Amino acid sequence: MATLTLKNVKKSFGKTDVIHGVSIDVEDGEFIVIVGPSGCGKSTLLRMVAGLETITDGEVQIGGRRVNEEEPMARDIAMVFQNYALYPHMSVFDNMAYGLKIAKVEKSEIADRVAQAAKLLQLEPYLQRKPRELSGGQRQRVAMGRAIVRKPAVFLFDEPLSNLDAKLRVQMRLEIRALQRELGVTALYVTHDQVEAMTMADRMIVMNGGVADQIGKPLEVYANPATEFVAGFIGSPPTNFMTGALMGATSDTKLGVRPEHMRLSETGKLSARTTYCEALGAETLVHLSCADGTQVTVRQDAGAPFPEVGAQVGLDWDVANEMRFDAAGRRV
Amino acid sequence: MEKRVTFKGIWLPLLLVLPQILITAIFFFYPAGQAIWQSLFIPDPFGLSMQWVGLGNFEYLLSDRYYRASFVTTAIFSILVTVVSMGVALYLAILADRLIKGSGTYRTLLIWPYAVAPAVAGVLWLFMFNTRVGVVTWYLGLLGYDWNHVLNEGEAMGLVVVASAWGRISYNFLFFLAGLQAIPRSVIEAAAIDGAHFWTRFRTIVWPLLSPTTFFLLVVNIIYAFFETFGVIHTITSGGPQQATTILVYKVYSDGFVGQDLGSSAAQSVILLVIVSLLTVIQFKYIERRVHY
Repeated sequence: MATLTLKNVKKSFGKTDVIHGVSIDVEDGEFIVIVGPSGCGKSTLLRMVAGLETITDGEVQIGGRRVNEEEPMARDIAMVFQNYALYPHMSVFDNMAYGLKIAKVEKSEIADRVAQAAKLLQLEPYLQRKPRELSGGQRQRVAMGRAIVRKPAVFLFDEPLSNLDAKLRVQMRLEIRALQRELGVTALYVTHDQVEAMTMADRMIVMNGGVADQIGKPLEVYANPATEFVAGFIGSPPTNFMTGALMGATSDTKLGVRPEHMRLSETGKLSARTTYCEALGAETLVHLSCADGTQVTVRQDAGAPFPEVGAQVGLDWDVANEMRFDAAGRRV
Repeated sequence: MEKRVTFKGIWLPLLLVLPQILITAIFFFYPAGQAIWQSLFIPDPFGLSMQWVGLGNFEYLLSDRYYRASFVTTAIFSILVTVVSMGVALYLAILADRLIKGSGTYRTLLIWPYAVAPAVAGVLWLFMFNTRVGVVTWYLGLLGYDWNHVLNEGEAMGLVVVASAWGRISYNFLFFLAGLQAIPRSVIEAAAIDGAHFWTRFRTIVWPLLSPTTFFLLVVNIIYAFFETFGVIHTITSGGPQQATTILVYKVYSDGFVGQDLGSSAAQSVILLVIVSLLTVIQFKYIERRVHY
């Protein structure tokens, strides 16, 4: 259990800058999610904290101690990998006990700790099995168990749920979060899935092209995106963007309105043609095309009537819900 | 999930396996049968007549001091060749696996020796270690070491082992490298985070995961050492000095084609056949159990 501090951490591969300086103070026991599209540097950032990648510039502190030059094993961290990275030739027990055996922990203590973790993760019936005899969700739990038994200061998760099917993912999401709260361990969690980020994070770091576009609590980020990228990436369906020209303005600012803040009306600020309606049961997504080809989505409650495909309708919204972005994508 | 192809008739599948069956029959079963048949006779040196002796050839061989010595020579030789070629190959593969830049060049260079025929490899090493004009011999002489594998039995054995192992390193290297690269990087990283240093990782993770490759190479290399090293031994030492490098397969040749004792030679081939079959069976039965697939 410890704090984690990144101070202007940078990474370059040769002349290519991959991470342009990320800073954050993570409090003890906090769950931080790093979210962004593939190639944004989120995994690299995590691997730098783990010690699997060198840190080009800046500083990483764990529990107030600089760990830049330390080997992964000396950093007091545990990591859960996307493909779980279980040792295929070892039983579940040996997989979890591996780190403890190397640390020369006493046998009885190892047995105790593994038993404890197995109980917590409902793995008790499987301790003698090999990883290949387990289902995806069970393997995921073993990977978690391996991290837990070592009682690390920081948990690192590298897209741990992306190999699971959708239903299991939702379940494991809750389990991981519950477990982390119970253990009170600081956690850094990487994902490309904004739903995971929204639901799991105490605070999240939205990464874009090696830059932390925004750091904040999920709902704050959602309500107040700092950049056009964040507004588009966080939220599903994404924010609708309309150019200034479409709105009859001369400046090159963009206007963003979330789908749930838009409504269909007889008259309105814009006119558009319906292209498709997705009735999802609890809600309906109406896809529309504006005069200049801009695609817009409106989110309606299930009860609201939706127009026929091809119908010309008006679009309206409250000015309070408008978000404006300059040419560089920054919020204005 | 095995994907099985089913045929309607018997003729098409028969036709498809026919080439393989023909080749095996003509080049393996027929000569092997001939060898077994001949091992029961003593032909005259000119091949004009044969005399039935039953198992007489085998009885004579097994009581022959020189033949039994050849067993020991073969055991020492094949163990050394296998250990040296696999050990060096594994070491090089580990280095190549860690390499990022220039790994293509490095790999290509290491694969080249495999293209050299055993007899040519033998001649190469023979020239380097020639007692009068060899480069290595000359340098060893400068260091005060008098190299003479023509007279010294240990040196002769050393030289054929090195020459045989050398050509084999490439082959083993390729398999070891492929085996190493098949181990997921994240597993190694997980072990590093779990606190394992390089040697612990190698001992507890890499070596066990590499064991199928190692096992396969072990079988293949022992069989190689038994048979295909003939060219190397023939060019470098011709089995000498005395019988110091006469391995079983070389004795088959020298007794049969030099000594013209075709009956004994055939009997030796049969014994060799049995030994290699046994070795392979033992390897699969006992060592494979300890292999983690």
